[in-house]
Amino acid sequence: MNPDASHFGSSIAARRFWSGCFTLVCGLTTLVGGIILLALVIQVVREGWPALSLKLFTKFPSVLDPENAGVKSALFGTLWLVTLTAAFSIPLGLGAAIYLEEYAAKTRLTRWIELNIANLAGVPSVVYGLLGLTVFVRTLGFGRSILAGALTLSLVVLPVMIIASREAIAAVPASLRSAAFALGATRWQTIRAQVLPVALPGILTGAILGLSRAIGEAAPLIVIGALAFVAHVPSGPMDQFTALPIQIFNWCEDPGQEFHRLAAAAIVVLLGVLIPLNAVAIGVRAWYQSSKKVL
Amino acid sequence: MVSKLEEGTVGRARLDPENCDPRFFKGVQPNGDFQGPTAVAGVLRPTMSPVIRAESLTIRYGSFEAVRRVTLDISEREVTAIIGPSGCGKSTLLRAINRMNDLVVGASVEGKLLYRGKDIYGPQCDPVDLRRKIGMVFQKPNPFPKSIYKNVAWGASINGYRGNLFDLVERSLRQAALWEEVKDKLHQNALNLSGGQQQRLCIARAIALEPEVLLMDEPCSALDPIATARIENLIDELRARYTLILVTHNMQQAARVSQQTAFMYMGELIEMDATDTIFTRPSKPKTQDYITGRFG
Repeated sequence: MNPDASHFGSSIAARRFWSGCFTLVCGLTTLVGGIILLALVIQVVREGWPALSLKLFTKFPSVLDPENAGVKSALFGTLWLVTLTAAFSIPLGLGAAIYLEEYAAKTRLTRWIELNIANLAGVPSVVYGLLGLTVFVRTLGFGRSILAGALTLSLVVLPVMIIASREAIAAVPASLRSAAFALGATRWQTIRAQVLPVALPGILTGAILGLSRAIGEAAPLIVIGALAFVAHVPSGPMDQFTALPIQIFNWCEDPGQEFHRLAAAAIVVLLGVLIPLNAVAIGVRAWYQSSKKVL
Repeated sequence: MVSKLEEGTVGRARLDPENCDPRFFKGVQPNGDFQGPTAVAGVLRPTMSPVIRAESLTIRYGSFEAVRRVTLDISEREVTAIIGPSGCGKSTLLRAINRMNDLVVGASVEGKLLYRGKDIYGPQCDPVDLRRKIGMVFQKPNPFPKSIYKNVAWGASINGYRGNLFDLVERSLRQAALWEEVKDKLHQNALNLSGGQQQRLCIARAIALEPEVLLMDEPCSALDPIATARIENLIDELRARYTLILVTHNMQQAARVSQQTAFMYMGELIEMDATDTIFTRPSKPKTQDYITGRFG
């Protein structure tokens, strides 16, 4: 008897069947995610459509007059917050990631720090709101300002940014570092010229994810005392502010149907801020990856 | 003591030593200044002043001894091959010479390793400076994901090269026998080159720093026979200007390109001698067994 026949008994048809099943299951799960997202967007756009007009961007919020209410102050508040949060969290997150990945000796202490950063990524954002209220609003005396809000949001997104940047840096092949060191490069020259350019797409992905989260956060901002109704565009980082998620939250609470429509319209605006931001970051990433080919 | 292999190269086009440009790098002294004390015990070849000398060198990873009390001399402008089975410590020994083992957590060195009489592991030796003078080519071609030009120019520019960078790139690529193939696409990504071209680019990148010693860690093991032959020819040309140390699995390769061969086994240097001596009448039975294929 042929030994092959006795030792490899399983049917090829059955193995192919299970392989096909798995492909089907994975495809279906992807489809479910896509459908839910699409349904959400269609529903929101349909509901908010009547309220989507230029007025939405030029008027300030109101609880009395839904016809003349807009998101101007909230939109500007969100733009301020995102800009400042990016300015705080990207350098801090990247710096911490570079230190942990390239410089720090792998001791028990650094492992403990890494573990805690991972844990912090899972802490509810309300908790960061309480921390921000104590530290930034009260102790440091920033008040209920955009600065305090942006610093609080930076706390929320820092763990995500550090983890994403670290993974991007760790994924750079060790052979590139060896090559650079063997040419007499210092550690900084190696990081600056060889590691960071290769890790940049991953770092940018982390930054996008973090900032997208910051844009959508309402809870920590409510805790630190962002206002629901602000009738002016913030003129500087120490101004009081509101933000789109807070505005949406407030309108949703209102029993009036017109306000729900406004909330839906504001959600569309929020998505309208998120999508270009992501598009820009994806564009930069794509440009960088393609330019690397010829640089 | 001219070996048969050396005789075979007579008449072959060699690189013109006159072409040797002045040292452009800051803080580099003429070779003579490196001459340290020469009266050292355990000299294997007392007639020559060695470029690299190891004295009872032991290298450990944690408590594992990868290299055990190795004593050897590497002489100038020769190809020294280090052969031996996997895990015999030959790569570890090589990576100690330009202190690349510093980057391995838990690696420690005992004994002496001298570069022109200066202690490589001494407090006076800065590894960053050392690696400019002792270049390295790795097992797998590892060009930077940048243009061909930048691959060659980067090392020189970070080391404060003050000459004309383009000339340096051209000269290095010519020396690495790659110029004709890439001169029209210097600004294309180096990763588009074939494996053999990438490895020659890595050699060009290393010699752009005008090193004195070139360490090669199995530079052909990822290449096909034709690319291997080109690298071997290149190695033979390069020894006119550089001292080369070649770690290889391939005994035929060691026999073809080297003048000196060291055989290592289980972390110990079993035997080192002129290449034709090692391959025709080795003095140790272990070497005999290895080169005749009885193990390894």
